[in-house]
Amino acid sequence: MYKILAKKELAPKIKFLEVHAPEIAEKACPGQFIMLMVGETGERVPLTLAGYDVKKGTISFAFNEVGKTTKLLGCLNEGDCISSITGPLGKPSETRNFGRVLCIGGGVMIAPMLLQAKALAEAGNSLTTVIGARTKDLLFFEEEMKCLSSEFHVATDDGSKGFTGLDFLKEILEKEKFDRCIAYGPVVMMKNVSEMTKPHGIPTIVTLTPIMIDGMGMCGVCRVTVGGKLKFGCVDGPEFDGHNVNFDELVNRQRMFLPEERLSSFIWEIQGRCACGGKQA
Amino acid sequence: MAESKPRPKIKKEAESMPKQKPEERRKNFNEVATGYTEEQAKSEASRCLQCPKPQCVSGCPVEICIPDFIRLFKEEKYEEAIAKIKEKNSLPAICGRVCPQEEQCQKSCILGKIGEPVSIGRLERWLADWERDRGKTKIPEKPAPTGKKVAIVGAGPAGLTVAADLAKLGHKVVIYEALHVPGGVLVYGIPEFRLPKRIVQAEADYIQKLGAELNLGYLVGRVYTIPELLRQKGFDAVFIGTGAGLPAFLGVPGENLGGIYSSNEFLIRVNLMKAYAFPIYDTPIRIGKHVVVIGGGNVAMDSARSALRLGAEEVCIVYRRSREEMPARREEIENAEEEGIICKFLANPIRFFGDEKGWVKAMECVCMELGPPDESGRRRPVPVKGSEFIMDTDTVIVAVGRTPNPIIQSTTEGLAVTKWGTIVTDENGKTNIEGVYAGGDIVTGEATVISAMGAGKKAAKTIHEYLTKK
Repeated sequence: MYKILAKKELAPKIKFLEVHAPEIAEKACPGQFIMLMVGETGERVPLTLAGYDVKKGTISFAFNEVGKTTKLLGCLNEGDCISSITGPLGKPSETRNFGRVLCIGGGVMIAPMLLQAKALAEAGNSLTTVIGARTKDLLFFEEEMKCLSSEFHVATDDGSKGFTGLDFLKEILEKEKFDRCIAYGPVVMMKNVSEMTKPHGIPTIVTLTPIMIDGMGMCGVCRVTVGGKLKFGCVDGPEFDGHNVNFDELVNRQRMFLPEERLSSFIWEIQGRCACGGKQA
Repeated sequence: MAESKPRPKIKKEAESMPKQKPEERRKNFNEVATGYTEEQAKSEASRCLQCPKPQCVSGCPVEICIPDFIRLFKEEKYEEAIAKIKEKNSLPAICGRVCPQEEQCQKSCILGKIGEPVSIGRLERWLADWERDRGKTKIPEKPAPTGKKVAIVGAGPAGLTVAADLAKLGHKVVIYEALHVPGGVLVYGIPEFRLPKRIVQAEADYIQKLGAELNLGYLVGRVYTIPELLRQKGFDAVFIGTGAGLPAFLGVPGENLGGIYSSNEFLIRVNLMKAYAFPIYDTPIRIGKHVVVIGGGNVAMDSARSALRLGAEEVCIVYRRSREEMPARREEIENAEEEGIICKFLANPIRFFGDEKGWVKAMECVCMELGPPDESGRRRPVPVKGSEFIMDTDTVIVAVGRTPNPIIQSTTEGLAVTKWGTIVTDENGKTNIEGVYAGGDIVTGEATVISAMGAGKKAAKTIHEYLTKK
């Protein structure tokens, strides 16, 4: 059992948990993920690590309450336990000194992006960071990200704060030179960023979050096509070269069980099965 | 014709196994074979001739003293009979169900020459179930601790066997299992209707009662590595039983469309995550009307029969060779066909077509013919030019084999590995690194539960010798 030591709400429906898991904390690296199960009848879901503290023996992660599992997870409070966590999984990110790095974090993935950015800054890179969300209320970690960066931008889909959309990046890419770009966020965002950096020949790393069950290479549901080759998101990734990923196929595979996921979430909502009645904690 | 000495009449036919009727069982996940009654078991045991030189024992990978346990059975000393089995085999309820006895102990039974061999596996199962159902599983007395500590990586059939044998010898045993339940392929691979999961849980509980400690959700290699377990965590030896858990794919166009599962994904959803009970369990599965299973092994049979139980209208197994070359157990092929599963032989998929939503809707196959034998000794299937045809399907399960899990090999520096990714050991399970042993599918490639247990047995013996000398 893994005890929750701290819980924060980063934005509406975006929660952040710090959990006691000393052995995972000791081995964790930026870019890796965990597989988590809430209760014995639960599903196994992957969540990208947003932090770890070897001294405290904790790991942390953020999630968006979209399906039954994440809603259940959002109902847990400090002192509650998560039944199963396996990790750290996947290949760690490369965090050496590349020179100038463009870091883009979108939505809930701003949280693991911050961990990544910290490691890159520590390695001596100069960072230009961008955080983005659908609307301004869903932004978080602005100050934390800003203080790591030599240049910092905010973007929202609806233009409620900062730039509208990511098109402004085109201009930045024309003017400035980058040695590497890292994009963590929704598939559409990572696809757009990859398309923008490709003409400039900037190596672009994206992190993929396909459906996973075991997270250790066994089931193959996380298979993705990268450079025409079959890869497993869990063991070959989760980070891949964004210029070679078949994003359209990934979107299609992510949506495979959408009707079932909605049904599961709906039933849970009407049954109001958790202590707080299915509402936010 | 008068005989000089009256001889007891031998019943040539074995007691048949009671089963759920095909039309019933194809709608549920309950166990197909319901097990002998006590009367049937007694009658079957009475067929054993108690040969002075028994052939059956040499056919058993874990060398159970078969005639002895059957003699005790005949004498109705059930407790002693199951204890006799457990001297060699700590997982009898599992082996009684999933061992291919027809290829092993029963193959050399002398009765097989005049009729049917003694159903050794069914008797083993009966005894194990008898003991468990009475809730009086006997725990052997714990020996004095030796002070030695052994880590077992993977709680599948090989790992559990090593754990049991070493715990019984007084060593401290710690099992590390990456999944959230113990059992390995017994829980993620073999379906409920062939091996109920409560039985696996009970046998894993038994091994813990023997003194083994079980850590779940612990992926050795990503958390501590094998060298770290030996150097920092105070283990004197490590056994690797990580199995052949990675799915193979066909590598043909369209394979990543929705509705195409690897057999591993399909069976993990259904068995491990209990998707058949969705939405009570959260993991979903979607089954269409026309299911196609590619492959001819036991995993293909398990997938096909599970698909049928999940409500498929039609399930068709497509295999590139003919019936004779099918690697699945005869019994499982018969069970599948009785349930209404169709087998299409000498055909191989070459591409999949999807609908506008990216879901599979059809599969193009090519007909095959059998050429000269290949290195496996089976005749090699060769495509017949111009014989392509289309099959409509909305769910495809690819069951064309599993490969070794690479995590340990890639995180254990210097460990000798073959070009297929399996770990190199000597015949006793010893790897090239001192104190590191391996066995089961991670050494042999995909094989059977009992052969993994046999390898575990040998490795446990080797580890014990090593620890005693150390």
